[in-house]
Amino acid sequence: MKKWASIKDNLPAVGFLIFLIAIWELAARAADVAAYILPAPSAIAMALVDNFSLLLEHTRVTFIAVIGGLAMAILVALILAIAMDRWKPLKQALYPVLVISQAIPIFALAPLILIWFGAGLLPKVLIVALVCFFPLAVNLVEGFSQVDPEAVDLMQTMQANRWMIMSSVQLPFAMPFFFSGLKIAATYSVLGAIIGEWLAARAGLGIYMLRAMHSFRTSHLFASIIVVVILSLTLFKLVELSGWLAMPWQRESNNRLNKANNK
Amino acid sequence: MKNTIKLNLENIDATYYSGEELLPVLNNVSLYVKSGEFVSVLGPSGSGKSTILKIAAGLLKPDRGRVLIDNRHVNGKPQMVGYMPQQDLLFPWKTLKQNAALPLLARKWTKNKAFARVEELLPAFGLEGFANYYPHQLSGGMRQRAALLRTMLIESDLMLLDEPFGALDALTREILQDWLLEIWERFKRSVLFVTHSIDEAIYLSDRVYVITERPGKIAIEQKIELKRPRSKTVLTTSLFSSYKQLLIDALNIKFPDSTGFDHQQKP
Repeated sequence: MKKWASIKDNLPAVGFLIFLIAIWELAARAADVAAYILPAPSAIAMALVDNFSLLLEHTRVTFIAVIGGLAMAILVALILAIAMDRWKPLKQALYPVLVISQAIPIFALAPLILIWFGAGLLPKVLIVALVCFFPLAVNLVEGFSQVDPEAVDLMQTMQANRWMIMSSVQLPFAMPFFFSGLKIAATYSVLGAIIGEWLAARAGLGIYMLRAMHSFRTSHLFASIIVVVILSLTLFKLVELSGWLAMPWQRESNNRLNKANNK
Repeated sequence: MKNTIKLNLENIDATYYSGEELLPVLNNVSLYVKSGEFVSVLGPSGSGKSTILKIAAGLLKPDRGRVLIDNRHVNGKPQMVGYMPQQDLLFPWKTLKQNAALPLLARKWTKNKAFARVEELLPAFGLEGFANYYPHQLSGGMRQRAALLRTMLIESDLMLLDEPFGALDALTREILQDWLLEIWERFKRSVLFVTHSIDEAIYLSDRVYVITERPGKIAIEQKIELKRPRSKTVLTTSLFSSYKQLLIDALNIKFPDSTGFDHQQKP
């Protein structure tokens, strides 16, 4: 039931998209625009199919950088957020600096990282981590700071130690905050990896895009854009899924609710 | 056993700081709870009733005065006591079983042992079959019973209950009062119970302290000598009414005559 409803909700958007693509196809054919300026959707689809294995290989390279960067960002954000919650002076010292650091555009920072760390996987991972770290850290700090002090009091009257208070109250409470940060981070992450590849890399979707651009194979450029979009959406959905798995209490459970009320 | 003092508050002063302002909350409050005794603190909202419980639990340090549990100084250090705050504070990310087991897990029980102990107690708390439900799937009354079960599993003879039935509808409240008395008689704990309901205070307690509005001061201490076990029939006895009159006078409540409150009615 619910699944069908969500499909039905999306129908207008899908229909509109198909309509746009159809208009594009017709216009490209009728106006006879040069393929390097605006390739027809059918040509893009052909490019996608013809280069599928090559695109897949580049996607794999980018994906590794994205996952590595996200993992690093999560780890550092978690450690720093817990430390800032534990020692208030650290939060007072560090938090404003974090906010200021976000004013530096990643485009300005990325070349520096490449100068320091060369053109391998590491600088790409670092750039992704830099882009993803901030929304994660801010959301976690925010989550920890909104924990009900009464809940901590209650745990103290049970003589629960600090670790238990963290694991059974603070972390679960901050989890929805963490996942909304992670959703933003996941969408940024692909962007970060591609920026890194544009500046210096041997392989990856960024490199594929550069090559397609330099050889005026615009249909291939469009094909890689489609891949980027699919990659970003997949990551986003993966985050949603892991949030669903990690927070069973946030799931809708009308059936059990009804059972409870009837008893 | 019955006559040893479980909890003793002596000459407590407390102040809240809200920004620049100093807000005196408690003024020279002294009270005690004997072992196995059910004592209520009755007062209007804002009289610092909750503060008394927090100070007793060692969660707040009073400006002046001594707090003793089993003759040991509390001194603003969190104690192992059965403290139940105003909201039920069942964690939404834990099932009923996981919530109730927290005090046991804090004492380093294994999960299996802790859950088994919780399951064992569920029937007495009217929660049989609901072990794996999340709090939002339970009714208000069930949540309060679950919170009370958790409180009961804190290894302490002393329970500090902060208006546990305040958020419930009147009918559920009456049912839970009887149920609480049953549980209390069965587990024999010392209870300090905070409420703003006069009937509830009389019905449940061995003694009632009436506390006046901010800063909170003890107006009177009243022994309630209604026979136990009690049932709702005592509500209509003349003894109950006379206690009620006493407490109303102590609270200094002024009912406008037009409301039709028949509080003046005496048998």
